[in-house]
Amino acid sequence: MRPLRDLISIEDLDPSQVLAVLDTAEQLLPIADRRRNSVPTLRGKVVCNLFLEDSTRTRISFDLAAKRLSAEVINFSAKGSSVSKGESFKDTALTLDAMGVDCVVVRSGSSGAPLQLSRYLEVPILNAGDGWHQHPTQALLDVFTMRRHLGELAGRHVVVVGDVLHSRVARSEVQALKLLGARVTLVSPPTLLPPSVASWGVEVAGELDAVLPDADVVYLLRVQRERMHRAFFPTSREYARVWGVDERRLALLPEHAIVMHPGPMNRGVEITADVADSDRAVIVEQVTNGIAVRMACLYLLLSGDADATEGSA
Amino acid sequence: MSDSTILLRGGRVLDPASGTDAVLDVLVRDGRVEAVGEQLAADDAEVVDCAGRWVTPGFVDLHTHLREPGFEDAEDVASGSAAGAAGGYTALCPMANTDPVCDAAAVAESVWRRGNEVGLADVFPVGAITKGLRGEQLAEFGELHDSAARVDFFSDDGKPVADSLVMRRALQYASAFDVVICNHSEDPDLTAGAQMNEGEASSVLGLPGWPHEAEEIMIARDLILAAGVGARLHVPHVSTAGAVELIRAAKARGVRVTAEVTPHHLSLQDHLIRSYDPVLKVNPPLRTEADVQALRTALADGTIDCVATDHAPHAPELKDQEWEHAPCGMLGLETAFAVVHTELVATGLMDPLTAIARFTTGPAGVRDVGAHGGALTPGADANLAVLDPAQRWTVDGRALRSKARNTPFHGAELVGRPVHTLLRGRFTLRDGKVQA
Repeated sequence: MRPLRDLISIEDLDPSQVLAVLDTAEQLLPIADRRRNSVPTLRGKVVCNLFLEDSTRTRISFDLAAKRLSAEVINFSAKGSSVSKGESFKDTALTLDAMGVDCVVVRSGSSGAPLQLSRYLEVPILNAGDGWHQHPTQALLDVFTMRRHLGELAGRHVVVVGDVLHSRVARSEVQALKLLGARVTLVSPPTLLPPSVASWGVEVAGELDAVLPDADVVYLLRVQRERMHRAFFPTSREYARVWGVDERRLALLPEHAIVMHPGPMNRGVEITADVADSDRAVIVEQVTNGIAVRMACLYLLLSGDADATEGSA
Repeated sequence: MSDSTILLRGGRVLDPASGTDAVLDVLVRDGRVEAVGEQLAADDAEVVDCAGRWVTPGFVDLHTHLREPGFEDAEDVASGSAAGAAGGYTALCPMANTDPVCDAAAVAESVWRRGNEVGLADVFPVGAITKGLRGEQLAEFGELHDSAARVDFFSDDGKPVADSLVMRRALQYASAFDVVICNHSEDPDLTAGAQMNEGEASSVLGLPGWPHEAEEIMIARDLILAAGVGARLHVPHVSTAGAVELIRAAKARGVRVTAEVTPHHLSLQDHLIRSYDPVLKVNPPLRTEADVQALRTALADGTIDCVATDHAPHAPELKDQEWEHAPCGMLGLETAFAVVHTELVATGLMDPLTAIARFTTGPAGVRDVGAHGGALTPGADANLAVLDPAQRWTVDGRALRSKARNTPFHGAELVGRPVHTLLRGRFTLRDGKVQA
């Protein structure tokens, strides 16, 4: 496997690297799952969570992942652009460099910010979501979850439903699934499909009912309510009717198929409460798996490829 | 003055106004062209060997940002004029989006005067179409036109006149003075939040798209309005194949329209933005290969009248931002000729005389820039450029004369470079060095 220098986009990975993350996460899952437990693997390392956009869930997940590996964590938050405080993005990067951190986990509302940061800093950069661009650890935890339920993903069919245009999750997800040989179908209001989506190598379907009987996974994207006011679709009621998954649509799925969502959910819009709480939904499991996958990513970025559950302090 | 008599010997004289393309001598005396011919002799002249070089009229840039007054940390009239001289330019038209805005005679005159004091290029300020660039109330075209700066070209550059009624009135009112209206071509509703060209690249990069329709709708509207009132319209920085078609069709039916294209839209494409390097962020955005090809063809066949740089310096701290927060704009004056020469002339798409026309007679035909842009006839002001079409050079952003460094061509190897520039017979660039 080619060593991982940064984790900015799924596009930069090869299949062996994706599998290395998934296999490492598999090893780490018991630790991720165990409360108040840790291994000394990253003792002495300093991980900086640079959150330039609000996110509670992802930040806590990264925080826990680093701590389970015994790394020290510093949190650096600034709403909006770093320049809102009169400091350029580059100055922020130089400050972190001067503080001697070993890895920067960066979340930003600006597409490309992690890649830009990687040009200023020598240490590994881990993208925790940038604008509409990428959210690679989300995609990795999703394929990890799918693999646990379905086995090998080659030839499997994943239906991604919703606002693809504004979704960094969708961009990462499609790339990760294609790397592993899965088939992807996007179902979305046409106003929320990216331009030139044909170049993604996916299928696009107009009607959800038609593709569900053939799906192994239905992946629902979060609908942001403010999109409604910008004429992407008429009302949330109309959205739920045409693109939401309810009990009737759940029944169209094959028995083994699972329902996924990156959270937080809009119950009653993209997913009804009974579907979200059904045993077909693996949404809560995704959260736990997220910690294991982020541990695996931090581990692979920060310390070669020895056995992750062993201490190397 | 030691520069007073100069013999430019044995250069290839490219003078589009007279159609001259021949190896000739040019004798300059007391700031004027005295003679153009073979084997000219003048005992008192300083002889400048121009063998292998092109001798052309000084270039005219219709679209420059000199940032003075208001943003002198990025550029000022002196540094911008130096960049112009280094690029072969003798005439620059700085845009109105300064602080204060160039919507009153006092501002236009101060910029014009500053240009004269610096003396490296003649500066012809562009007036605002509307007060404060707000798109509401017309600026005083009459006062600006009657001022010492003689403003005859108006633009709210960077901001479209979105209101169709205001635009129509601007065109109607402009026809009273036969001045030119230049409207930034962008439908602001279609580009709200836009960050780059909408297409395959934006879809992967997750940057909000700037659809080509936004440019074309505004150009189509303006062409219809200009045709209706018979006014003169200039379309700035054309960037899409569709826009080229609109302008071509309008010219064919006699609309009084002219158009410009930038060196960067002729040479760079949106897929480069994979680097998220904000130096590539520009308005209108870099488009696709098909657009670039259409622009090249249109410049060669004259559908687009001229090359204009949209030279837009920005202080480094503004460009050292996340892409989304960085301002639009790139430098252009010092690399314009080299880029066009490398991409269009050296590749055989344009002959040298046509290329020089797009830097000289083309822009000079859009607005009155006095004795700039040709012809090199006896008695004319000696505003000249001497270019070395064979010089290979690697652009070093740090070595440019602009105060700013935001050139997308840093590190690029280009062919062709201005060697000397003369403004009324005085060297402003000599052997590649600006004569401050």
